[in-house]
Amino acid sequence: MSEAATHGRSLWADARDRLARNRAAMASLVLISLIALACLFGPFLTGHAYDKVYSDYVKVPASLASQPTEDRIGPALQRTASRLRATIASDTREGNTIRLVLTAPRAIDERSLAFFERSDLFHAAKVLERAEEGKRLTLLVPIERNRFLFGTDGNGRDMLTRTLIAGRVSLAIGLLATFVAILIGVTYGAVSGYLGGRVDTVMMRAVDVLYSLPFIFFVIMLVVFFGRNFVLMFLAVGAVEWLDMARIVRGQTLSLKRREFVQAADVLGVSTPGILRRHIIPNTLGPVVVYTTLLVPKVILLESFLSFLGLGVQEPMTSWGVLISDGARNIQGATYLLIFPAIFLTTTLFCLNFIGDGLRDALDPRDR
Amino acid sequence: MMDQAQFHIRDLHVRFRTQADELHAVKGVSLSVARGETLAIVGESGSGKSQTMLAALGLLASNGVVTGSAMLNGQELIGASEVALDRVRGAKVTMIFQEPMTSLDPLYTIGQQIIAVIRRHRTVSAADAKAEALALLERVRIPDAARRLASYPHEMSGGQRQRVVIAMALANRPDLLVADEPTTALDVTIQSEILALLADLQREMGMAIAFITHDLGIVRRIAKRVAVMRHGEIVESGPVEQVFNAPRHPYTRALLDAEPGGTKEPTPADSPVLLEAQDVRVHYPVKSGFFGRTTQVIKAVDGVSLTLKRGGTIGIVGESGSGKSTLGKAIVKLAPATGMIRLEDRALIPLSRAEMRPLRRSLQMVFQDPYGSLSPRMTVGEIITEGLLVHEPGLTSAARDRRAAEALEEVHLDAALRNRFPHEFSGGQRQRIAIARAMILKPRLVILDEPTSALDRSIQKAIVDLLRDLQRRHGLAYIFISHDLAVVRAMADTILVMKDGQVVEQGESENLIRHPREDYTRRLLAAAMETGFSPC
Repeated sequence: MSEAATHGRSLWADARDRLARNRAAMASLVLISLIALACLFGPFLTGHAYDKVYSDYVKVPASLASQPTEDRIGPALQRTASRLRATIASDTREGNTIRLVLTAPRAIDERSLAFFERSDLFHAAKVLERAEEGKRLTLLVPIERNRFLFGTDGNGRDMLTRTLIAGRVSLAIGLLATFVAILIGVTYGAVSGYLGGRVDTVMMRAVDVLYSLPFIFFVIMLVVFFGRNFVLMFLAVGAVEWLDMARIVRGQTLSLKRREFVQAADVLGVSTPGILRRHIIPNTLGPVVVYTTLLVPKVILLESFLSFLGLGVQEPMTSWGVLISDGARNIQGATYLLIFPAIFLTTTLFCLNFIGDGLRDALDPRDR
Repeated sequence: MMDQAQFHIRDLHVRFRTQADELHAVKGVSLSVARGETLAIVGESGSGKSQTMLAALGLLASNGVVTGSAMLNGQELIGASEVALDRVRGAKVTMIFQEPMTSLDPLYTIGQQIIAVIRRHRTVSAADAKAEALALLERVRIPDAARRLASYPHEMSGGQRQRVVIAMALANRPDLLVADEPTTALDVTIQSEILALLADLQREMGMAIAFITHDLGIVRRIAKRVAVMRHGEIVESGPVEQVFNAPRHPYTRALLDAEPGGTKEPTPADSPVLLEAQDVRVHYPVKSGFFGRTTQVIKAVDGVSLTLKRGGTIGIVGESGSGKSTLGKAIVKLAPATGMIRLEDRALIPLSRAEMRPLRRSLQMVFQDPYGSLSPRMTVGEIITEGLLVHEPGLTSAARDRRAAEALEEVHLDAALRNRFPHEFSGGQRQRIAIARAMILKPRLVILDEPTSALDRSIQKAIVDLLRDLQRRHGLAYIFISHDLAVVRAMADTILVMKDGQVVEQGESENLIRHPREDYTRRLLAAAMETGFSPC
């Protein structure tokens, strides 16, 4: 009895093949994977911490050029020299270092050379030569090169890093809240639908009551009680979004439980949890998967909305919603503050919607 | 007119493009139907008989490609524009489908639907169209036709709905009527009425009928000529008498022999009683109003008693709605029953779900629909062994796999197929899987709820043989529920005839079929005989 058993193609495998032939969905899948990877690993590669403040680079526009630009170096040198109470006798550029000769009426305190390092434009200065009892110093000042591809925000933080970090937060909230919603919704809906009768009535009326709570009011209440925090965000969103899922799954279950394979399981003596786990839930997952891909963008938008209102994540942590809200305030002076996070958010939403569409077609080929 | 035949199909091919390859569903079919003639197209499911006619009328699914020729009164239909086809369909050619519920729109009254068909093709005033619709309903013998015009499809029975569909099909006096299994979904008595109606209407109106069916009994009754199809080809055609009495092709012979034959060997008189039921009732209260007051009670099963010995078979026959399936479900506690049901020494009705569980092992059920009774996302192996998870939880997965393989071999399926999914099997194979699922628990009583009704005749025969073989080997007792007297007779020791929830007649099989006492039983037998069943 040990002959090799041939393996069949499950309905899931068929659906996967159909999805693979859907170009828009596959392109979206690739794009969203790239965005997710960028958000996950990008912040390590940008060279900036998301909360590092470059006070010399406030609202630098987005550009590929490396900072500082030539027109910034002169004034910055002047500013630093004046802090040392010295004047610049000469400066000569040698590549990325400046040979600087400072003169002063009194001896220059070498400790105050730290001002160079403290500036975001230069690294620590090295003293080459002391003359006239310290009244004339020859310094070698290396220029600190930085790139801000997406520019910097009003506090001088790198927007690229912040956009990617914000993506982590938004995607995490999107996925976690959706996961919470599915977990509660599928279980609740399947149990309610399968048990039916009075249990169903009570469980579904509870859902109706929760539906009638105004969402924003609910979130404000949570924030007032527990303070603003990250976990609370997706709990709040998840706790509201599972209601739709419960209704969808309940509807599916009602039609499934009359099917003969469920009755057959009943005759075999399979327990209620067994029937739910093996027969009901796997067969409701088609619509659930589709709804999930539509729920993730919905949750991301909700989070953005809450953050926009100031109820979301807290500084210096950020999310796409927060960044867009900042950008919207600066739309006249610094458009790039709005554009980049908005591009990321909308691309993600588009991709998820296309994937959802593709999944719906793949899982339910009758509609085509 | 070129010749007498008014509808020809010449060398028709239908190909379906699927994901991987091309399916050649119809391979060069040629046939013709003359005015006033009925041609029966017979074949088992998948033989391409429906696809041939659908292709000729331009009704194929979007991935289908037709080549060849289909001429109606000298007009070529293959390759005709949609506009041209729309002028022909519904007026010159009409079609009746199998399922009368789904071929009527539930949102319109039947009057509106018939009038729409009339006015779509002819310029008639609304009042005239209504008068015509009324005349049509009377013509298809719907009682109280004037009132019925305002009825919705769900207010009518299956047979009446099929009459309405026929009325719609005849509204514009078509030259050709294509009937695609129009009686398959109906009870035998109603089936025979519909066939008689079609024959009468053809005599009056003189249209040609192409009658698609899998049931040879119907062919003999309604058609003069027959074409037998298999694998997309016509294997044999000719006058009905000739094809039936002297079939030339082996496939035709096999089809004709496919009537389930033989009888069960009698159960020894001294075998102990396995199941006893007394005065079983299943009543469903109909609740209405805000407080759910019970306003009416539907008596699905109303006081049925039966006794079944070990190794015996009781056949339960009756039309749809007679309560025969509900009785079966009551015995396995899928329907709430009152009365007394005893399996050996245990009374089943008072048992709770948990108390019932150990008994389920010896009390199994096989359902009618082999497509619906297998969970679509589980492999066949998982489906078959699910009962073992409950009743022998100690088994390792390797042991379960071995049992699954044994069970599949017992129902003559290849054990290597156990990791495949149900949708990869044909209807007959699926029914074998469902039987294996019941047999793996080694039950003593199996309730078979129309296990052969959804299957082709030749497969029915194989399933009946398999069931009898299993019974002999394991000493099983069966309760065999069916509307098909031929199958019941091949299976059962005794037959119970049910009507409106009550047993109207019961007795030893042969005796009951040869000498029915009750009117209702006689009517059932007469209807079955008209479609080919012979009691001797």
